[in-house]
Amino acid sequence: MDLELLLGIFPQVLIDGITLGFMYALIALGYTMVYGVLEFINFAHSEIFIVGAFVGVELLLGMKASGWLDALPWVVVLLLILAAGMAVSGVLAVIVERTAYRPLRHAPRLIPLISAIGVSFFLQDLIRLVESLWRNSFNLVYPTMDALNTRFELSSTIDVSMKSLVVILAALLMLWGLYSLVNKTKIGKAIRAVAEDQPAASLMGINVNRIISLTFLIGGAMGGGAGVLFGVQYSLINPYTGFIPGLKAFTAAVLGGIGNIPGAMLGGLVLGLLESFAASYLSLLTGGAFGAEYKDIFAFSILILILIFRPKGLLGEVVRERA
Amino acid sequence: MRNLRTRHVLSALALFALFAGLTLQAAHPVGAQPKGTIKIASQSPLSGGQAALGEGIKLGAQLAVEKMKGNLEKMGYKVEFVPFDDQAKPDVGVANAKNIIADKDIMAVIGHLNSGVAIPSSEVYKEVGVVMISPANTNPVVTDRGYPNVDRVCGRDDVQGKVGAEFAHGTMKIKSAYIVHDKTQYGQSIAEFFKADSEAKGVKVLGFEGTEEKSNFDSILTPIKAKNPDVIYFGGIYDQGAPFFKQAREKGIKSKFMGPDGMDSSDLTKIAGKAVVGMNYTSAAGPASALPKAKAFVDEYKKKFGKNPEPYAAEAYDAATIAIKAIEETAKKGKVAREDVATAVRKAKLSGITGDIAFNANGDRLKAQYFVLTVESDDPAKWGDNKIVKQLTIAPPEPKK
Repeated sequence: MDLELLLGIFPQVLIDGITLGFMYALIALGYTMVYGVLEFINFAHSEIFIVGAFVGVELLLGMKASGWLDALPWVVVLLLILAAGMAVSGVLAVIVERTAYRPLRHAPRLIPLISAIGVSFFLQDLIRLVESLWRNSFNLVYPTMDALNTRFELSSTIDVSMKSLVVILAALLMLWGLYSLVNKTKIGKAIRAVAEDQPAASLMGINVNRIISLTFLIGGAMGGGAGVLFGVQYSLINPYTGFIPGLKAFTAAVLGGIGNIPGAMLGGLVLGLLESFAASYLSLLTGGAFGAEYKDIFAFSILILILIFRPKGLLGEVVRERA
Repeated sequence: MRNLRTRHVLSALALFALFAGLTLQAAHPVGAQPKGTIKIASQSPLSGGQAALGEGIKLGAQLAVEKMKGNLEKMGYKVEFVPFDDQAKPDVGVANAKNIIADKDIMAVIGHLNSGVAIPSSEVYKEVGVVMISPANTNPVVTDRGYPNVDRVCGRDDVQGKVGAEFAHGTMKIKSAYIVHDKTQYGQSIAEFFKADSEAKGVKVLGFEGTEEKSNFDSILTPIKAKNPDVIYFGGIYDQGAPFFKQAREKGIKSKFMGPDGMDSSDLTKIAGKAVVGMNYTSAAGPASALPKAKAFVDEYKKKFGKNPEPYAAEAYDAATIAIKAIEETAKKGKVAREDVATAVRKAKLSGITGDIAFNANGDRLKAQYFVLTVESDDPAKWGDNKIVKQLTIAPPEPKK
């Protein structure tokens, strides 16, 4: 066992894990917010996430074709695609809620769940159809922005790329914005009130339907932003790319305590780190007997263990029990 | 209420149409008639991440069928080409295969792209003895089972792995390698062949890792960067290999890159861009420029479909040509039966655009060609100009009894 190697890559694995973790955290917010308000799992969220990535890549390709990509400073480009991705995904989430979930609001719990899975399939194939007709391709690649590929070499084995820093910074800003919105504003108070007790909230003069739409808008926008960051970081996307990160983010939400916003952030980070460490270290520590392909098994085993001992997730206690 | 009724009427109509169709088909069993329809099927991924190669196979076969069907039509047969989309998934390939054997007019299958799909699908073809001629399946198991109805016009991975290892050790002078594969039957086994042959030559294999990951390779690349191998070998297909290599360069890894014929598609540079320029890959299907009679084929393909043929399009063309000639031969003797077509294919001799083709007792090509190529440009349109650095003609290993 090469101890020097094991320790040498540690900071790098940590940085990669944090980047991935923030990505999961951003997606997990969409699951957790909807669950907090409606107590149902929006399985279409993984597609809302990837739609953001597609909006970003389309905008970038368009800017590249018209020459704007080189003319504008990269920060402006990044902010533009982030804003576009968040807007489209947010609006899409609201439309999905209005058409596929609201008519089923009072149906038994399983019915909207099935509807959500249906929407997920529908969106996957809709993206595929649109992209095949429009670009005749399945895989789309984010055009390279040179400024984002700058690396800061800290040692021979460790370096931080501009991309990771941007992802972490953007995620932190989005999380902070959301946290203050929910906890410090009147709208946030209304969202929390609806989550607590819908009839009572509506008696207090809160328009419940509007708040639910707003929840979907915010959750969707976070997902869309995560989609753009995912594309910038990993560059290759296709219509089915959203599924696995979506599933992982859902897991992260459960891990942190579903319905709980800080819990989703924590859960995302924990899962990202677990996955990153498992993938890099499993094969080194076991002498190749367990390879990187076991990273998910490892991460999910830990999830099971945590849920056995803390069934409500890491921060589950904060959520008040509801009648 | 009105809605409900319309729906009832509609479903009744649909049912009626279905039965009408069934009875019509039953009344005219086309295949059983002396001069009926003959269909040639292709199976390859037409959608999804590997569609670029899969479509090349379909179009190559289609071109051959359209060009060669004249003789059969003169004999009074109607000849049709039916493409199937296996989505590069074993379950879809097998489901299609079941449809293929149920359609008694289908006399031959040209396909697949992925060995992991071809192997289970050919188990289905074997039930009725319909012949499968593969343009691209290089996994040894495909023919090593010794089925009378399975042949291939491309080379084998055990040979290809050796060619790659010899090149890496002999020409590139590498001392250490890190091997990653995609865990499919194709990718893992070629990676294992490369590993075994490299180790036999004294190359140090620093790691052997499988992954189904498609987008985030960070955590796999970190240990690779720390170990700094001379070459990184990716056993798999370009839709996974391209982002892997791209992220490796972005992470600052300076090792040389290598891969098997799964990397041989213009989509590799479309996705990975500059990262893969200078990369070497082995192939059992050379670029059209290396093939003796390919110029006419390339021109015709371009004229008809408006794009350059992808690798394996020429192999698919030859495979379909063999199929049609074999069907012709059986038709001359009277009835066209699936087993007879398979027997005729095994005995076939063709001077095709990929060279002389004949099969050994197991259905392996007697003289298969292997290439080592270097990626020359990051422009996908120039994929065909990739430089051939080595070209070999090697016979398959003796079939085991």
